[in-house]
Order: sequence, then C-alpha cells, then structure tokens
Amino acid sequence: MNTRLGRGQRTTPVLFVAPFFILFIATLVAPIGYSLWMSLFREQATSGLGFGGTETVFVGADNYLRALGDASFHRGFLHIALYCLIYIPVMVGGALALALLVDSAMARAKKFFQLAYFLPHAVPGLIAAIIWGFLYTPGLSPVIDLLRTVGVEWDFLGPDGVVLSMANAAAWQWIGYNMVIFYAALQAVPKETLEAATVDGAGQLRTALAVKLPMIRSSVVLTMLFTAVGAIQLFNEPEVLRSRSSAISQDWSPVMYIYQAAFTEHDYGLAAAASLLLALLGAALSFVITKLGTRWKEV
Amino acid sequence: MAATAPPRPPAPGRSPGGAGTAGPSRRARTSGPARSSKAAVNTLLAVVAVYTLMPLSWLLVNATKNNGDLFASPGFEPAEFNLLTNLTGLFTYQDGMFGRWLANSLLYSVVGALASTFVSLLAGYAFHTYDWWGKEKLYGLVLLGILVPHTVISLPMYLMASEVGLVNSYWSVLIPGLVNPFGVYLARVFSESYVPGETLEAARIDGASELRTFRSVALPMLSPAFVTVFLFSFTGSWNNFFLPLVMLNDSTLYPVGLGLFNWNATLPQEPQLYSFVITGSLVSVVPLAVAFVALQRYWRSGLTSGAVK
Repeated sequence: MNTRLGRGQRTTPVLFVAPFFILFIATLVAPIGYSLWMSLFREQATSGLGFGGTETVFVGADNYLRALGDASFHRGFLHIALYCLIYIPVMVGGALALALLVDSAMARAKKFFQLAYFLPHAVPGLIAAIIWGFLYTPGLSPVIDLLRTVGVEWDFLGPDGVVLSMANAAAWQWIGYNMVIFYAALQAVPKETLEAATVDGAGQLRTALAVKLPMIRSSVVLTMLFTAVGAIQLFNEPEVLRSRSSAISQDWSPVMYIYQAAFTEHDYGLAAAASLLLALLGAALSFVITKLGTRWKEV
Repeated sequence: MAATAPPRPPAPGRSPGGAGTAGPSRRARTSGPARSSKAAVNTLLAVVAVYTLMPLSWLLVNATKNNGDLFASPGFEPAEFNLLTNLTGLFTYQDGMFGRWLANSLLYSVVGALASTFVSLLAGYAFHTYDWWGKEKLYGLVLLGILVPHTVISLPMYLMASEVGLVNSYWSVLIPGLVNPFGVYLARVFSESYVPGETLEAARIDGASELRTFRSVALPMLSPAFVTVFLFSFTGSWNNFFLPLVMLNDSTLYPVGLGLFNWNATLPQEPQLYSFVITGSLVSVVPLAVAFVALQRYWRSGLTSGAVK
C-alpha cells in the first residue's frame, strides 16, 4: 500500500528514513568518496632525510599505476582467482546439490539435515578459520591421522595445499547457509508443476535438473553474486593460517595487501587506490554475473 | 488456478492435495533400484552432516583436554576431563581479559543490533507505506549498498574516525554496525506482507499521528521482522573481524574474535595458550549456536524472503 499524505504530513517519510540515510551516507557513501579523493594524493616527507613532517602531494593516477605495476598485488589477484575457481563452484554447486537432494522425495530427516548443515554458520568466520587451522596442524589433527591410516600424506599448510584449505574452511561455514536459501526457494515451486513432471514420466533426477533448477534461477544468481563479492575480499582465512604456514605471505590476498599498505607502511594513497581497484573488480564481477543470470532467465 | 478447474475424479497417479510423496504410482515405483538410490541419497546426506558437524565435535572434545593431552591423545578420544580447569584458566588469564572481550562482543552485538534493527525497520516500513519523489531510485541505492565490499570502506572509515577522534573507542565499532542495507530490504519485504494498509488507514482515521501509528500499530505486527532483522544484524556484528582489527588498538576494547585471533597468532611462541584458544573458541560459538537452534523459525523465514524475491 502506498499513501499520499496531506501537506502537513509530508515530512513523516523523511523522518522515518533519515536515521538510516544519515548513517548510510556517513559510513558508506562518504568513505567511498574519501577513498577516491585519497587515492589521488601521496604523503611525502618534506625533507629528503625523513625529518620534519610530511606533506600531501597531488599525484594524479600515480597510486593506481603503482598498484597495477606491483608484482605482489598481481600475485594477490592470482591467488584469489585460484581461490574463486575452487571455492565458487564447490560452494554454489554443493549447496545446490544438497538442497535438491534434501528436497527430493528420497531424503529422510529433512529438518535434521538442514540444521546440521546450517550450524557451522553460527561459528564466526574467524573462529571457523582458527578451528580449521587446528585441524590442519600435524599432531593435533585427527583428519591428518585419518588420512595417514588410508595412506595419504597431505600437507594442508604447504604451498600446494593452502588455497584448498582456505576454500574448505570458508565453504564449511557457508554451504549450509546457501543450502537453506536454495531449499527455501524450492519450497515455493508449485506442487502442480512437479506432479505434471511426474505424470510426464520424468524421474527424480530429471525433475530436479530440468524442472526445479530453472525455477530457482534467481536464488542461484543472487547467491553466486554474494559468494563472488565475498570471495574476492578473502582475508580472515589466510590471515589466521599465516601464523601456521610459511606459504602465506603478509600480502597474500588483495585485502591483505591493502591492509599492509595502509597500516604497516602508512601509504594511504596506495591503499585507497588498491581498494578501489578491488571494488572495481567486484562491480565488474557483479555485472557479469547479473548479465549471465538475465540471459539464463530468458532461455 | 485450482478454483477454476472443473471438479473431476482423481486421475490415477495423481493424489489430490497430496504432497506428491505418497501417490499410488510413486509408491509402486519405490522398489528395487529406487530403494537403493534412496539409501544412497541418505548416506550421502549423512556423510555431509558428518563433515559439517566434525569440527564442532572436535572442538567440544578438545576443550576438555589440557595442553599435554591435546597433542598426546588422538583427536576424538576424550582424555582426562579438564573442561572446568580450562574454563577457570581462560577466565582468569591476564586478569580476566577473556571475560572482558566476551562482554565487549555482547555490547557491540546486542546494543548495535538493537539500534540497527530499529533504524532498518523504520526505513523499510517507510519504503513500504509512503510514496515520495525518487523513492525507488533511493531504494535501488540501498540495494547497491548490500554489495559494497566492506573491507574496501574500512580504511577510509578508519581515517575519518581518526580525524574526529573516535578511533580506538567503542563508537568506532558500534556506529558502522548500525547500517544494515539488507535489514532495510528485509523490513520492506516483511512490512509488505505483515502490515495491511487498511489497519494503518483505520489508525489514521482515529486521529493517531504517523509516529504513533508506527509505534503502536505497525511495530507489534512487525515483531517477526524485528526478530529476523535483529538476528541477521547480531550475527553480522558478532562475526565482524576486519573493522575492529582496523579500528581498535587497546586490547581491553577487543571483541572476543579479535582477542582470540591475537592469542592464536602467538601460539608458536606461547604454546601454553593452546587450551585457552580452543576453550575460548567453544565459549564464543555457544551463544550463537544456541540462538540459531532456538530461533530456527526466524532465520528460516528471513532466508526465505531473501530467496524468493
């Protein structure tokens, strides 16, 4: 319902949305604007020896060029590209498969399974990374012991293993959350449609893939979007595992690079430019996923 | 749709009103290969449940071990029961620092989520109830806000906070937590389905002011929305790590996650902290796990409204 208010009441909606928008501007819009501004300047020592104070000099696109030319920033993007390549399909595909399986007529104890899968989401991401960090540590981990008894030697914290280990910790925390979203969307699929498919002779698997999946497209696209935007901001898992693994450098991921530029080197201009570049990647990914999603919906 | 269909006798294979699980034809097919695929599906689901529950049960078992047994005994085998000793040690170490962190986390999460829920409900309700110029554009901006990478705005927020002297204070973590665009979205969706326009109209005719109408008519109807948005905000701030990491220097202001992170990072040098980090992780997980199990109805409905739209 929408109300057109009388003259004296026009201010009401403004009063109602004002608290939110004041905060929205202060903590979201202003910081983005400030970042843009900051990324054009560089703090320089006034004297060549580093005595005295610093002065802020306009440098134009220099900070962006420095970030783009920095090999360790590139490595960060390579790392998250690899991470996304493993994490996103496992996460979205896994959650989807679980939701379709629990939704199928064959599954028992649906409520229990949902709760069991969702429970890891109650664990804060940081704590999840700490727990998995223990489960990756030789001597402490029953997982490593178990793998050893079946003859597999796997170094979770070695150079080949870390990306997989991070993806696992993150997927563990989010797979149930996304599964519940998909499951909820599946509940909204009309019963008549499913019955019609059964009458037409479609089996369980065919019904799931050809009837149910296309009907929850928007949830899949939306989840893909949130998963991708979250994944490129990878920070908690590598930051926690860093104390246990020599394969993770201080600037392993782009957000770690930004954090280091800002708080270790106090190079705010570089940090701001790098974070805007990362935000740009996020926007581009969102755009591509939304476009692909729209095309899928038109099929 | 169903109302317009002429009544006719149920066709074979279609159980009227049945959930599609007990139709006669389905039951007839549930034999031989179908039964084995049923077993396969449930086994697979159970294996995944073991995966999702394993780390938590490991945590539960190992919070009862002392530092020696942690490394000496096999992961899932209980050793000497030291949970109480661990808890006492944890809460007395560094003059009860851990308890302080826990209290800070509760403050950030409970106070922050309460305020944030009110702000979101007010805005969501206004988006549903009123019409104004440029409303949908503004709403589009809110939705865009959901997607802004938070790690990207934390650095400028730190610099802004340090300019106004709020860095390293409770406010620096509380204020950014008040903004929850997803909460506004949820509040609007809930408002559309829970607050009928006629009721508001009736309140207005009775002479209630808009604010009063919101407070005494709409707000009670929105209580499921309140719990859902609160739960999401609470989880959000309980989970937030990057912002406190950036904003806080003083360890007495830390939320529990940041404190445990620092202990965890010093483990290679101070292995005696192992049992504290493990027991502390368990303690910090329990409140949220209990809340999730107790409030299942609400997060389910919240996720549903997020999914269907």
